[in-house]
Amino acid sequence: MAVQVRVTAVFQKFTKGAKTVKGQGQTIGQLVQDLERRYPGFAKQLLNPDGSLHQFVNIYLNDEDIRFLGNLDTPVSEGDVVSILPALSGGAAPLG
Amino acid sequence: MASAFTEEQIKRYSRHIILQQVGGKGQRKLLAGKVLLIGAGGLGSPAALYLAAAGVGTIGLVDYDTVDLSNLQRQILHRTADLGRPKIDSATDTIAALNPDVKVVPYPVRLSSENILDIIADYDVVVDGTDNFPTRYLVNDACVMKGKPNVHGSIFLFEGQATTFLPGRGCYRCLYPAPPPPGMVPSCQEAGVLGVLPGIVGSIQAVEAIKLILGIGDSLAGRLLLFDALSMEFRQLKIRRSPDCPVCGEHPTVTQLIDYEEFCGVPALVHSQEAEAAHGARH
Ligand SMILES: [Zn+2]
Repeated sequence: MAVQVRVTAVFQKFTKGAKTVKGQGQTIGQLVQDLERRYPGFAKQLLNPDGSLHQFVNIYLNDEDIRFLGNLDTPVSEGDVVSILPALSGGAAPLG
Repeated sequence: MASAFTEEQIKRYSRHIILQQVGGKGQRKLLAGKVLLIGAGGLGSPAALYLAAAGVGTIGLVDYDTVDLSNLQRQILHRTADLGRPKIDSATDTIAALNPDVKVVPYPVRLSSENILDIIADYDVVVDGTDNFPTRYLVNDACVMKGKPNVHGSIFLFEGQATTFLPGRGCYRCLYPAPPPPGMVPSCQEAGVLGVLPGIVGSIQAVEAIKLILGIGDSLAGRLLLFDALSMEFRQLKIRRSPDCPVCGEHPTVTQLIDYEEFCGVPALVHSQEAEAAHGARH
């Protein structure tokens, strides 16, 4: 099942600069693993070593935060849009 | 509050006064309104200018940085002639020149757990224009503890985000429970920013503050507004109060203010947008 994944600027260096990528999977977790296969290192930006989502990264299925759905087990369907958003530190530039 | 407008004020604010949703009553609310801006940099500049132009009567400014040449690409409170001056001073002059009705309260200090509660106590709305996580979390937690609306904005490269956290309806920690650990990519990279971008996001923050003072419209509470200048797209995501939130949830674990450690060699408690620039970490 192909799902569109929108990647915020912070993560685009892990997707070869792409702002939108296609991913395969039945769940958000499978989608992340699929992206990891094509963009090695990507999953590490999102997941803790135990496989859970970092506290400073949010994933949205369409406009809903997956923490309020089924976390990484949230099912995805054809046509869904997934957005990945890390906390931005801020102001003008610096992440940090 | 019910004091009569001067003739000059009637003319100055005429485009507000003729708006049904503002009127003379609303304009008086604005003149009695108090907004605290955290940072007189990229986001704080447009926010301060529009709030001042609108006649928000008291504008508090927190910033201890000085004006650097690299700031002027976006920080429109400051001028070339202001280079080297404290941002608080040039901001105060700019606002005074724009609207003498506005009282600027300067706070040329580093925000910390020691001073923030006292500083925000007097204000109706806090506008967060910080550029670093320690201050962002400190401002958030203090606003939750004091029950202050917190208008959030952040920018990165060509992208911006804005939302409003209202007391009892969620906070920044509901969105991101804890800051990234120091050194964690991608929170520690230098980056540029399109100079106009903070102009858009800071102006959205000013709109939110004004609506809150007037009590009109729908705030961004519950919505995260995303703006991408390159594709010229606005999107919205839902955000909600998390029962597990460490500060505003059912069983808060953060009950005292935290002075987080510095990130990436940047001083922990920098408030202006790019105060780091003055400390050698160029953006
Ligand atoms: Zn919260």
